[in-house]
Amino acid sequence: MKKLTSAKAKEVFEKMSDIRNFENTLHDIFAKGEIPGFVHLYAGEEAVAVGVCSHLTDDDYITSTHRGHGHCIAKGCDLKGMMAEIYGKETGLCKGKGGSMHIADLDKGMLGANGIVGSGFPLAIGAGLRNQYLETKDVAVCFFGDGAANEGNFHESINMAAIWNLPVVFINENNTFAESTPQHYSSASKTIAERTAAYNIPGEKVDGKDFMAVYEAAGKAIERARKGEGPSLIECHTYREYGHFEGDEQTYKYDSDEENAFHERDDVKEFRDYAIKKKLFTEKVAKKIEEKSLQDVKDAVEFAKESPAPQPEALYTDVFAD
Amino acid sequence: MTKMAFMNAINQALDQAMEKDDKVFLMGEDILGGAGVKHLEEKNEDAWGGCFGVTKGLGPKYGKKRVIDTPLSEQSYMGAAVGAAVTGLRPVPELMFSDFIGVSFDSLLTQGSKMRYMFGGKAKLPLTVRTTVGAGASAAAQHSGAYYGIFASIPGIKVVVPSSPYDAKGLLLSSIEEDNIVVFCEDKTLYGVKGEVPEEYYTIPLGKAAVKREGKDLSIVTIGKMVSVALDVADKLSDQGVDVEVIDLRTVAPWDEETVIDSVKKTGRLIVIDEAQPHNNTATDIAATVTDKAFDYLDGPIKRVTAPNTPVPFATNLEQAYIPSADRVIEEAAEIIDDLKNSK
Repeated sequence: MKKLTSAKAKEVFEKMSDIRNFENTLHDIFAKGEIPGFVHLYAGEEAVAVGVCSHLTDDDYITSTHRGHGHCIAKGCDLKGMMAEIYGKETGLCKGKGGSMHIADLDKGMLGANGIVGSGFPLAIGAGLRNQYLETKDVAVCFFGDGAANEGNFHESINMAAIWNLPVVFINENNTFAESTPQHYSSASKTIAERTAAYNIPGEKVDGKDFMAVYEAAGKAIERARKGEGPSLIECHTYREYGHFEGDEQTYKYDSDEENAFHERDDVKEFRDYAIKKKLFTEKVAKKIEEKSLQDVKDAVEFAKESPAPQPEALYTDVFAD
Repeated sequence: MTKMAFMNAINQALDQAMEKDDKVFLMGEDILGGAGVKHLEEKNEDAWGGCFGVTKGLGPKYGKKRVIDTPLSEQSYMGAAVGAAVTGLRPVPELMFSDFIGVSFDSLLTQGSKMRYMFGGKAKLPLTVRTTVGAGASAAAQHSGAYYGIFASIPGIKVVVPSSPYDAKGLLLSSIEEDNIVVFCEDKTLYGVKGEVPEEYYTIPLGKAAVKREGKDLSIVTIGKMVSVALDVADKLSDQGVDVEVIDLRTVAPWDEETVIDSVKKTGRLIVIDEAQPHNNTATDIAATVTDKAFDYLDGPIKRVTAPNTPVPFATNLEQAYIPSADRVIEEAAEIIDDLKNSK
């Protein structure tokens, strides 16, 4: 696997900063009542999306979850188009017809955030099947939470990926809670990674707050899939900064010292410190990236606010292809 | 033209679609049969070719890459078909019985059918789900449902229910050409029915009904295997001096309002025959739409003749009573028919 270059490290920090700022901004905007519907924020899990998507091109596919903003940004979706979508505007990536939970950009290989927990698994199988069928070297990555690991699709899809040796990588974002229910309560297996033994594919648990741990594990798994050596799973243990959705009081959190300590960790800051220490970029460069990111998110909000709502006729279009 | 059984017409359509477009592939349970069995693979043979033998021979011809036996994982292989369609292939999955949609529905209900809309028109879903419907095979309550109405109630899904071998081939080829999700419902009791089928590739447009018999006194609108029941009713009523028009909808979603309403304008009377349950189904929808849009042309109430509001029974006599028959139609629609005769 390629070493993390200085250029790549900057790109990584840009993406991680964009996700954090995008989500922090949404947190504030939602509190002010400026956006309709539900939003599920990705802040705190940046190391996972960016650690994985740093190995992908636009020709690789990803499936996402209800907590999908981070995956979109990591896969290269436009911040303005995303923000406008969340505002329900005509200029949104989906013309305002999808919203936060359905942002998609097929040109970027982003097969959509997904409001149904566990439904991304088979979509990734389909994309993997397509890659194998057309004899490409592209892969499909399926992001899923600890809650989704208890859906039937988890088992059916991993089994199919394994028997057909598909180029699919399953990335579990174990952020400790499925909505408000802790993983230790809802899973009979201690880890999600260990379940892969039953399907005879590699499974590994990594520290999901540690960018380099995710980056290295994902790099190996993706390379393996590209070479036609089949699927694998990585469980990334992480923790979300905010609640399940905005407005969640989160009374279920902070059950142990261990959990508190984990919650204290900031994956974006940890990567920043690491990169500066390893001389991948300087403090000055980091600050510049942070400033640009803040400005880009601000510009995205302005763009979204100024954009028109969809035309009334849009209600009726896009049900069928002609 | 060749005389061919309904199931062979479907087999031929699949064969021709696969020959025409190498992105067309089949997936489902036992559609090859015996995948991974050494002695079959050595001879390049399929075991079943589908539970009913509809896909027989396609596996050996096109190989395991294009005729994929899936595990019994209806939820995930249907989702995989959606994933493959949205990324550019043209899958034709088989759901052995439409009753199994319960374990598989999410991929069609919340994923595939909504993707184009949710994604602002950017997605295409060239996906045809073949499935079986219908009572009359002693298959009892969990393998006999006529669930096309459930699919038809979802925006973003087209639903086809062919009534003859000729229609089965032409409508299936149209469905596979579609860049949309089509649920293609094959009545398992029609599989052995023979009819004239051209050898060459041809399509029949979706959403267009067929007038099977012209008449001026009474319209009967129906679908699938109920078409032959309607034609039987027409013959019987013809002996009593009632001239019946029989319309085969062919496509349940979207259904051909224009042809139905034009017929009602002409006859002023309507019977709808549907093998599905009586509530929230195709017959209800047709009756309501005609009432909305052609009320002034109606000379009497619209009669719906459907299955009773029960699951499909096993005992042969009960199952036969469950399925609308010509005699039952005439009995249940006696009020309309008598009124019609009296007004002459």
